[in-house]
Amino acid sequence: MAATPLLELNGINKGFGPVQVLHDVNLSVYPGEVTALVGDNGAGKSTMVKCISGIYQIDSGTVTFEGNQVAIHGPSDASALGIEVVYQDLALCDNLDVVQNMFLGREKKRGIVLDEPTMEQMAGDALASLSVRTLKSLRQLVASLSGGQRQTVAIAKAVLWNSKVVILDEPTAALGVAQTAQVLELVRRLADNGLGVVLISHNMNDVFAVSDRIAALYLGRMAAQVKTTDVTHSQVVELITGGRSGNIGLPPEKPADFGGDVVDITPGGDK
Amino acid sequence: MTTTTTTAGGVKVVKPTVASYINDYWGRVRGGDLGTLPAILGLIVLSLIFGIARDTFFSGLNFANLFNQSAQVVFIAMGLIFVLLLGEIDLSAGFASGVCGAVVAILLTNHGWDWYTAIPAALVTGVVIGFVLGLLVAKLGIPSFVVTLAAFLAFQGVLLVLLGGGTNISTRNEFFNALNNNNLSVAWSWILAIVAIVGYAAAQLNAMRSRAKRGLVTDPMGIVLMRIGGLAVLIVVATVVLTQERAINPAINSLKGVPIVVPIIGFFLVLWTFVLGRTAYGRHVYAVGGNTEAARRAGIPVDRIRISVFVIGSFMAAIGGIMAVSRASSVDPNTGGSNILLYSVGAAVIGGTSLFGGKGKIINAVIGGAVIAVIDNGMTLMGFNSGTKFIVTGLILLVAASVDALARRRAAATGNR
Ligand SMILES: Nc1ncnc2c1ncn2[C@@H]1O[C@H](COP(=O)(O)OP(=O)(O)OP(=O)(O)O)[C@@H](O)[C@H]1O
Ligand SMILES: [Mg+2]
Repeated sequence: MAATPLLELNGINKGFGPVQVLHDVNLSVYPGEVTALVGDNGAGKSTMVKCISGIYQIDSGTVTFEGNQVAIHGPSDASALGIEVVYQDLALCDNLDVVQNMFLGREKKRGIVLDEPTMEQMAGDALASLSVRTLKSLRQLVASLSGGQRQTVAIAKAVLWNSKVVILDEPTAALGVAQTAQVLELVRRLADNGLGVVLISHNMNDVFAVSDRIAALYLGRMAAQVKTTDVTHSQVVELITGGRSGNIGLPPEKPADFGGDVVDITPGGDK
Repeated sequence: MTTTTTTAGGVKVVKPTVASYINDYWGRVRGGDLGTLPAILGLIVLSLIFGIARDTFFSGLNFANLFNQSAQVVFIAMGLIFVLLLGEIDLSAGFASGVCGAVVAILLTNHGWDWYTAIPAALVTGVVIGFVLGLLVAKLGIPSFVVTLAAFLAFQGVLLVLLGGGTNISTRNEFFNALNNNNLSVAWSWILAIVAIVGYAAAQLNAMRSRAKRGLVTDPMGIVLMRIGGLAVLIVVATVVLTQERAINPAINSLKGVPIVVPIIGFFLVLWTFVLGRTAYGRHVYAVGGNTEAARRAGIPVDRIRISVFVIGSFMAAIGGIMAVSRASSVDPNTGGSNILLYSVGAAVIGGTSLFGGKGKIINAVIGGAVIAVIDNGMTLMGFNSGTKFIVTGLILLVAASVDALARRRAAATGNR
């Protein structure tokens, strides 16, 4: 496994007015690996993703990408670095077709005119590289796609741009069994192609099926980041629901020395 | 009948035939994507009714009049389509056109400017108005309904103030007054007709060829030829009619040729259709209208797009105002008032632009504007009074808005969303 992380978050804090959502969060994403980000509803997973993608600005902390500290001020900064996000509430425009959505905001042009043939061809190639064969037409409006097909389009968008890190926020939440399997297969294929993948999911089976590492968020704090092979289902569930499991996770009451990479936190310390 | 072909990246798709294309189109219509179909059907039915009721309806004189009468509404509607595509509204467009019309008339008549300085001044006025409206909506977050309702009232006042309380200013600049009154010579009429047909054919065939060269699926040749042929027939018939002598007394004043305003409408139709359909800016307008959040996440400057559509809206309102003043050869406190705004919104919606944002084309303004002009003109010929005309136009707008709302529900039910 690769030793140096592709993307590294250090001591990230983020609040909305008086509400502190993320407390000193750390996260490492490695190339060729799927890192599962788990946590209860409201733990701050989506907020964290939006901080990485520049939709929200972090209050403090550092983001390191390929060894360099970077500042991400907006979605275009993130995509310029090669970070793609597939959002929980899918960021697709229903009134546009598959190709138009895949190139949204980054259209190919010849002079001032959109270069539709090139875009259509590239979109087709990206879908083919993921072995997607379920679309009737690349010019189909996204409104007419099934949930799985929409996810597929969103994921293919990430491949299109030769991204280095792809973050998927609950890509299988609304899908049936067959489509979930398809999407998970896509996720695995992304990592096998050398990308760093972050997968957010509430489904432990999905997490254990595809991930190499698991990062557990508990009430806005990173409880632990462990190798998937080192933990069991129930340990992960404990991390999610209680923030700790045995000697991994957050300290029980007051900050105590656990000798791990656990951050020193005083509960109730929100300002 | 269908053969499959492999397109970009090995994705298997069905190669469309004429039959499958028509089938697909019908499927989209049934799925709620009606486009301009209801407006075109309405236009045909209304024309037949009025044509049967009054034979003057189909006279060349009346046909030419329709263009001059509807020009203001069509131009304002073109601009409104940009605003409507974002799910916004501009209620001030009517009086904005009046204000810009007053600016041009005052500069021409009171200050002795020539048309080539007075017209740009009016256009700049339109741009400034749109910029202020857009800024208030995008940056302060005031609903466009409120901003433009306030502007509607304010511009009505500005118009009164500009005209010194209510006087009427006449324009005597020949070029200016010709814009929405005079006709092209017969020779120029035909040259423009041919340019339009050849241009359209070249664009269609070129697009098809460049797709075919990449191995992408193209519309069937039969459909492309039908489109070109259909447009050619329409333009040739219209040009034949418009190049006939239509003066009541030709010995005194000969009247023939395509109205000058027709190529002006054509120019803006092509320009804005190109901008919306073929440029990244146009794509972003649709994206913001379809899903603002998705557009923002894609890095599209949403606020700037929002401001820009109001700028285009008021710019086109200025063109509409210029045409209205040219037609009347004067401006008065009611230029752009009365039913102009509602007719313009009506034209866009009847033509197939959605009030919910994200759906619409510039051609909607022309077809919807034609429907409204035909109703107004036909009912006048039949001797109905203004009251009845307003009621009928209001009902038709209501029908169009219902079609829009129902189509949307239908689309929501058939699409998986
Ligand atoms: N824009 C915002 N303003 C204020 N509070 C917010 C905002 N966005 C999120 N929050 C709060 O931050 C917390 C974390 O939300 P977030 O959406 O990140 O959770 P999540 O881990 O993604 O949950 P889920 O599993 O349900 O998707 C929640 O308590 C939420 O109410
Ligand atoms: Mg979430």
